[in-house]
Formats: sequence, structure tokens, C-alpha cells
Amino acid sequence: MKKLFLSVILMYAGILSAFSQANPNSDSAYTKRKLTFEEANIVSSYYNQNGNNSAVTGGIGTEKLSDISNSIDLKFSLYDKRGRKHSFLGEIGVDHYTSASSDKIDPATISSASSADTRVYPSVGWTMENEQKATTLGAGLSYSHEFDYQSFGANVSFAKKTKNGMGEFSAKLQAFLDQVSLIYPVELRTTTGGGRGEEHNYPTTPRNSVSGGLGWSQIINKQFQISLEAEMVYQQGYLGLPFHRVYFKDQSVHVENLPSTRLKIPLGIRANYFISDKFILRTWYRYYHDDWGINSNALQVETVVKLTPFFSVTPFYRFYQQSAVKYFSPYMMHTAADAYYTSNYDLSKFNSNFFGAGFRIAPPNGVFKVQHLNSLEVRYGRYKKTTGMNSNIISLNFKFR
Amino acid sequence: MKILKLPFKVGHFLIPLIVVIISLNSCTTVKEYQKNKLNDAEMSLSNRKIEKTELNFQSYREGASGANGGKTGGGCGCN
Repeated sequence: MKKLFLSVILMYAGILSAFSQANPNSDSAYTKRKLTFEEANIVSSYYNQNGNNSAVTGGIGTEKLSDISNSIDLKFSLYDKRGRKHSFLGEIGVDHYTSASSDKIDPATISSASSADTRVYPSVGWTMENEQKATTLGAGLSYSHEFDYQSFGANVSFAKKTKNGMGEFSAKLQAFLDQVSLIYPVELRTTTGGGRGEEHNYPTTPRNSVSGGLGWSQIINKQFQISLEAEMVYQQGYLGLPFHRVYFKDQSVHVENLPSTRLKIPLGIRANYFISDKFILRTWYRYYHDDWGINSNALQVETVVKLTPFFSVTPFYRFYQQSAVKYFSPYMMHTAADAYYTSNYDLSKFNSNFFGAGFRIAPPNGVFKVQHLNSLEVRYGRYKKTTGMNSNIISLNFKFR
Repeated sequence: MKILKLPFKVGHFLIPLIVVIISLNSCTTVKEYQKNKLNDAEMSLSNRKIEKTELNFQSYREGASGANGGKTGGGCGCN
């Protein structure tokens, strides 16, 4: 009886040990090294704007524009033999816009080259997270194409956490190599052309951007964390746009002329505070300076109100203020003495207010009971500039997991 | 006499910097099992995916950009 009892105990222990060994070995060693789907996002937006300071018509005329954008991103991951986590990201976006002001590049045509356009922008990325060393390495490539503009981008990044895991240092380098097609206003063209069928005939000119960024994120306590970000961006090449008209005091018309280099320094702070299970406060502030004369401040505050654990509403407000570039003057205010000139009101002095709200549903059994549809988010915002320009934007995000 | 002339007004960034310094001084060590609030999706120190088009139009309609995860170059912004 004693032997039988011992045998049963040993058998039970044997089965337990067999499962306890088999699971980690088979599952962790096998499944962890298998490429695993992590997340997918579909983001769609509709944007429209109106105003009366179009740069295409020299700072006067309609700024009416509408844009529909759609993007999808996918994230996969796998663990290598050394236990490092590799994440692979892929994204493709398509924007389609119609613009009343762009139609004035060549008003003689029924619809000019840039009255409507489609931008396609795919990108890929990779990160490698090493938990033992508390480091993350990353790299990415991007491409953007539209009728009169082409851009190639590349980036590398590095991040390292502190020993206690409370802070993280990050560094990022980015480069964009762009080509601008020189489509001038019809009355300023020296050669014939301008129809859609002749798009390959437009000469192009480069615009290159290089940026370096340093960041620090810090956990302050169980409910509060902040991050700091400092960037330096250097641009070189054709930095104006060839179809922006500038009317001088003497009534002559010219193409916008801006310096061929620009140095930008944005400094940002983000602070998030978990007030209670019902409220989370998210804030962001940026100071910006560039050598064209713009100094700007931007502040955004949003409060997440969790009405239930699976449903939240997020009202937000953003204030923005900037000074004008040294080269800006309104319609018919520039003179022949000006070396550089623009009447683009996006580079003028103004304040803007952006406000709205979003809501997010993330039920445990999936949105509309679709198991992998993790969350649905909708967000609306209204934007108003002191120059009179205003716009509306509504966005939708489906997250799959 | 100014020895070093900075390319921007330090005062603009001074108040947020003071807030950060005070915050850093009050840091307490948080253990992994205490991070449930910090790990809430809404506590992420980055932009939401849904803000993507907003950031895009702001970088076109405003002279300033960057330091918010948004792009600092590439793409036209022509219209």
C-alpha cells in the first residue's frame, strides 16, 4: 500500500514536471521566435479649410481646401536567440486633396495641374529591444510622392533606460532628400507647358533636411511622468514654393523667394498625470525658434475622462502663437529693395486656437463584439487663426490586436 | 556685456524648465508592480495615432514644427 501510494505520488509529480518542462521549452523557445502579429491601425481623416489669404494668389484670394487621408500600419515582433525583441513596422498612407487656390496656378486651364492631387507615402521601420542592456535600437525608411513633390527619408534611433528604469535617454537622426518640381504661375513661365500630360517635363530642384534630436523621459512617481525633447533641424535647397506669387508695390508679380538654408530649433516638454481612475491630464508645450525670424509657443492640454473602464471622452485645447518671418509682407507691400520676399500667411504673425473632443471605446470582448477589433476612436477638432483662416478635422482610428 | 548670445529668448523656455527641475527633485523609485497607472494607454508620452492628420496640417499651416513626434521635413505642404 505504501509502495502504491508512493508510486501515485511519483507519477503525479512526473506528470507535473513533464508539463512544467514541456510548456516553457516548447512554447517559449518555439513561439517566441515566431513572427507574431502585435497591432494594426487604420486611421482615416477628413479635413477642410477656408480663408482669404492664399499664397498662390499673393496673399489674397481663397484658401479653400479639402483633404481625405487614409493610412494603415502593421506591427509584428519576434524574439531572437539572445532574447532580444525585434519589432517590424510597415505603413502606407494615401491623401487626396482638392485646392481652390492651386487651381489659380494656371487659371486659363479648366483645371490646373495641382487643383487636385494624391499623395502616397509608404514607410518601414525596425526596432530591437534588449531587456538585459535596457537599450533599444531603431531604423526606418520612408517615401512620399505627389504630383509636384517627391521625398525620400531615413532615420536611426537609440534609447537607453537608467539602471532603476525610472528614466530613459533617447537620440534620433533623420534625413529627408526631397525634389520639388518647378511649376511656376502661368504668367511667369518662360517655356510653354503646364498641362497634366507634360508633368514629366517640369524641371526639379532639391530640398534636403537633416535633423538630430535628444530626448529624456522620467517617471516622477506612480502617477506622474514627463519627457523632454530637443531637436535641431537644418534645411538646404529650394525652401520656397515656385507657384507662390508675390505682388510688389509697383504692381509687378514675382515668384516667392526665400533663403536657401533654414535652421530650426524646437524644444518640447510633455507631462502626463494620472489624477484618478476617472481622470488623466495630458499636457504638451513647445518653444520654437528659427533663423528666418519665427519664435513660437504652443501649448496643448487634454483631459481624459473615463466614464466607464471601456469608454472615455477626451476634450482638448491647443493654443499656438508665432512671430512672422523677416521676409513676410502682405499683398503689394514688398519692394524691389527686398532680397527675399513672401506673402505666405502661414509664415506671418498670428495666434491660433484648436479645440475639440474625442471618444474611445475599448470593450474587453472587442468593439461590435469583433474579437480582434481592440478599440475605436473618433476625434473632432476646430482650428481658428487670427488671420481669419479656419478649418475642421474629423478622424477615426480602428485598432486591431 | 553679453559674453554669449543665445539664438532664442531663454525666458520662453524657463518656466517649463523650472517645473521640470522641481519635478525631477521630487522623483521617487517606482517598482514594476506599481506601474499600472503609468502603463495606462492614455499615459503614453507620445501622440495618439488619431492625431496624425492634425499634426500634418499644423506643420503645413504654421511656421513651427517638431519636438512632438511629428515630421520635421519631407512631404510638400504645398497647398
